[in-house]
Amino acid sequence: MHGRLKVKTTEEQAEAKRLEREKKLRQYVAATTAIFEKRKMGQLDKEALELTNQILGVNPDFATLWNFRREIILRLEGEGSPEETQSLCRGELSFLETCLRVNPKSYGTWHHRCWVMGHVPHPDWARELELCAKFLESDERNFHCWDYRRFVVQRAQVPAADELRFTDHLITRNFSNYSSWHYRSRLLPQLHPDPRQPGRPTEAVLLKELELVQNAFFTDPNDQSAWFYHRWLLGRAEPEPTILCVYVSREDSSLAVAFSQPVVVTPGSCDLLLFADEAPLAVNWRTPDGRNRPGLMWLCDLPASALNDHWPQHTFRVQWAGGESQKECVLFKGRSDGWCRDSVTEEQVFRCELSVEKSTVLQSELESCKELQALEPENKWCLLTIILLMRALDPLVYERETLSYFDTLKAADPMRSAYLDDLRSRFLVENSILRMEYAEARVVDLSGRGLTVLCHLEQLPLITHLNLAGNRLRRLPPTLAMLRCLEVLELEGNQIETLEGLPPLPRLEEFSARSNRIQRPSDLRPLASFPRLRLLALQGNPLGALPDAQSQLAALLPRVEITLA
Amino acid sequence: MADNLPSEFDVVVIGTGLPESIIASACSRSGQRVLHVDSRSYYGGNWASFSFSGLLSWIKENQEKTDVREDGEDWRKLILKTEEAISLNKQDNTIQHVEDVCYACQDLAEDVKEAGALPKLPAFEASDTREAAQESEKESLPVQSQSLGTENCEISPESVTCNDPESMTERKDAEMTSERENLCDATSDQSALETGKTENVSTAEAAALKPKKITYTQIVKEGRRFNIDLISKLLYSQGLLIDLLTKSNVSRYAEFKNVTRILAFQEGRVEQVPCSRADVFNSKQLTMVEKRMLMKFLTFCLDYEQHPEEYQDYKERKFSEYLKTQKLTSNLQHFILHSISMVSEADSGTIDGLKATKHFLQCLGRYGNTPFLFPLYGQGEIPQCFCRCKALIDHFGQRISANYFVVEDSYLSEKTCTNVCYRQISRAVLITDQSVLKTDSDQQISILTVPPVERGQPAVRIIELCSSTMTCMRNTYLVHFTCSSTKTAKEDLEPVVQKLFSLNAETERESENGGGLEKPRVLWAVYFNMRDSSGIDRNSYDCLPSNVYVCSGPDCALGNDYAVKQAETLFQEMFPKEEFCPPPPNPEDIIYDGDGTQPEDPGFSSSSNAKTEPSPEESSDGDSCKVSEEHHEE
Repeated sequence: MHGRLKVKTTEEQAEAKRLEREKKLRQYVAATTAIFEKRKMGQLDKEALELTNQILGVNPDFATLWNFRREIILRLEGEGSPEETQSLCRGELSFLETCLRVNPKSYGTWHHRCWVMGHVPHPDWARELELCAKFLESDERNFHCWDYRRFVVQRAQVPAADELRFTDHLITRNFSNYSSWHYRSRLLPQLHPDPRQPGRPTEAVLLKELELVQNAFFTDPNDQSAWFYHRWLLGRAEPEPTILCVYVSREDSSLAVAFSQPVVVTPGSCDLLLFADEAPLAVNWRTPDGRNRPGLMWLCDLPASALNDHWPQHTFRVQWAGGESQKECVLFKGRSDGWCRDSVTEEQVFRCELSVEKSTVLQSELESCKELQALEPENKWCLLTIILLMRALDPLVYERETLSYFDTLKAADPMRSAYLDDLRSRFLVENSILRMEYAEARVVDLSGRGLTVLCHLEQLPLITHLNLAGNRLRRLPPTLAMLRCLEVLELEGNQIETLEGLPPLPRLEEFSARSNRIQRPSDLRPLASFPRLRLLALQGNPLGALPDAQSQLAALLPRVEITLA
Repeated sequence: MADNLPSEFDVVVIGTGLPESIIASACSRSGQRVLHVDSRSYYGGNWASFSFSGLLSWIKENQEKTDVREDGEDWRKLILKTEEAISLNKQDNTIQHVEDVCYACQDLAEDVKEAGALPKLPAFEASDTREAAQESEKESLPVQSQSLGTENCEISPESVTCNDPESMTERKDAEMTSERENLCDATSDQSALETGKTENVSTAEAAALKPKKITYTQIVKEGRRFNIDLISKLLYSQGLLIDLLTKSNVSRYAEFKNVTRILAFQEGRVEQVPCSRADVFNSKQLTMVEKRMLMKFLTFCLDYEQHPEEYQDYKERKFSEYLKTQKLTSNLQHFILHSISMVSEADSGTIDGLKATKHFLQCLGRYGNTPFLFPLYGQGEIPQCFCRCKALIDHFGQRISANYFVVEDSYLSEKTCTNVCYRQISRAVLITDQSVLKTDSDQQISILTVPPVERGQPAVRIIELCSSTMTCMRNTYLVHFTCSSTKTAKEDLEPVVQKLFSLNAETERESENGGGLEKPRVLWAVYFNMRDSSGIDRNSYDCLPSNVYVCSGPDCALGNDYAVKQAETLFQEMFPKEEFCPPPPNPEDIIYDGDGTQPEDPGFSSSSNAKTEPSPEESSDGDSCKVSEEHHEE
């Protein structure tokens, strides 16, 4: 019967699909071949544009074809009037829009759009903003589109206040949006700059933001984006690197400079200048481990002339980055060394996670986090924030409470227990250094603290005795070489397996590595280059069981008195 | 053409309410020959929607129930000796206590008529005249509307086109976009108004703040803007009806709007209930701790089955008691009990409450920030969607035989229903001048549950519709009240109406001395009781032959699950081997015999004609073509 319908069977459907696919493939291959042919012949014309349309319309990630289109547009641009270029670009933009619908996350498409917007004689930026808003409405996490939006905002000089309102709108819809929060952290310091802290917004603005972000983490405490923004709000401007300490040693004929942050001293540059008795002295800077990577300490050898005993004293002045930070130390006649350093307590260096000025704000944040923690005892973000807030408020007063929160946090988040152990170690080392500062001692006792990592050694270049007994250390970091004055190192009862990679400690005389996990004499090879090592205690290590351990060690360290059992 | 009506069918469906329409459509899709008839002059039975004048006629009809004229005995000749006749009801007895009140200014009301309306609905004729709607048969093309013409005008062409606008096939996301734009506009309007307030309010702005006064005359004149549902329901975004609509592709015949607000009534105040994550985040009324408590409890409800230890001890207790043991403020308990779970405080158990809360939450975010959808042009659209592509014919007494008969409960005679015990639904429909909770936007669709004052009373469900739902004229709201009856509708509902609305439209209000919380005014209202024939055991009907299946009228619940479940159950009983409402074939897979090959999709179509909105569920070309074929132009 005419006009009656019949529904295709599954086989027929599959066959139809297969034929369709084959046909599409044929067309795709034919068009691609034609395009490359035209490019080879240098035929940069509208027909070529049309051909690439067909391919890019289905596969916008074909980067070569975008390049070819740019060549064509440049050629046509040179040939036609500005009006023609305008309409050419407009066509290009609408074509790009269809490609973005095929794949809203195509690098090539967004890049080409930037390029076209740079070429169109009369760009319509308002329309571009609207396009971004549309795409971000359907996927607020499309970072390609965020990138493009920043490009548009910059070119069109969109006021930061407008952009802030845009983030308001997105956050209202769905606050799980890193991009929007992050965007706020860039916009707020522009809109409400804090005159005292470059790159930070004013306190009034921060308080409003804190309320907003509190709404987010009380609504969903497992959403990380809000917590990260919270941390930014309570943070402070990144400080510039400064010189913490200058130490000069007559015995080693060397000078060491410790920085607050890792820096790079490029050979032959004027980054770090040394003046010996006010005369510039050309030296070669190196890091203690000799690798010259960004580091917290840089060393140089001094010529004998700079250290001679003719004068009652020598003055050494180091200057960093054109005088942004400098320090001077004096080496008196008859003394083996001299130094100059900042006191840790004065600068509150360890509170850099969160700002100190806002202690009332921090106090109230701590209270609301504790309130949240009462409702969500196992929320890791909340626990971590409590720990950070306590440290920012007063690391020593809150020390015991912090440690108990660490225990809770480790139980709640076992996947990150190693990270938490390291963080806890850092805080404990910091606290010890703070306490030590009050005593002005050169002996540091960090024993029995459960440390898994050693840090902040740049704060300790002058100590002579370091007790690390009874911790959980598995290795010694190369930064240990920053301890230029260390004479006695107690490492009893750790989990050290090897000293591989440890640079020489210039003053170390006594080293106790009892009850560790050292298996072979070769694991101790670095000690051979320790110039002053006299005593080495190795009782309770697996290598004691080796029959020829004693002889091997004697061969390795001929001048050292070794105790194996 | 009526003469050509075949005398043999597989299924005869009597009634055009939701379950009957679904069954008729399901049977037809599975290839049965279906005759779908309704003795009423309108589609939908108690699921119908009316324009204002249509509702007035319906009210009149139900107020002056005329005695049924005994019809001729002609039909008896058609009964075979071996058969026994079951007489059907000639009169609709499901509606009682209809009472309408006009509060609006009634000047000139006498000679005003609804623009474009027929003078009146034709009188209800108690004859054998049946307006029959024939579902597409096996032989006819479902893709083409094969109009057989109508011989009389019991259904006015206007009312058909009015309920079948072209725009109905527009995609939902397009609708959402425009809605958002509306909101934006509204926000800027509001800020303009607020700045106005801080200064000395100018007269023009003051006028803008006051609602426009609507007279009865205007309501009558604009009567066609109204689509007033007899039963007030919403669609859960995840529910049997939505599943059925999308699976069977019937959804393309309707367009929906998301309910925009969930409201609560506490201590004489209407307030918005934060229920989605974004709502809770943005809420200004909840404290930080309340935000956490609410989110925590709601998150738990989403997979409460996984944590039986949390509610084990309260399994046999009431949900309201269980809520008291949770870390929730009384404010939050109210929200959860009355506005989110919407279960009865007096007699719902913990499990029921948790289940209802979970369902509510699962529906969030599918189409918007609340769990509910409302069909544009009213709930009455839904049964009609299942009746699309239908030819209308009129038919006079003819013997028709079929294997199965599906009958809506109200058609069964009093004799058949003697032993049936029906419940009742109390309904009120109000036309008001303002929303119960004014906000930046005046285009809000809200649902509000008012808990009973006394124990044992039912809670009253209120759905407030704005004009963009195409159910009421501009500057008015259509407010539906529903509860299960304890007394007459007016006795049940008027106290609640008075709590929320002012009934004195005429008197100038005391707003001059403060202008604080001003109640919206009721312009017009109707109260009625409707029979609730849901949940009736088949065995309570007397002498029902085994091939007669009974469909219920609307139930009192908010959703439509009961009707869908009933339709599916009855269909499966009739045709256990057939799939219930399978998706229609893809238009691309349809081969037209003798029509030659269809034009092929070029595959590499030029980009210029690409659609402007990205949309994965964009209908194929075949769909839109189908729609245009069915579109009746005036």
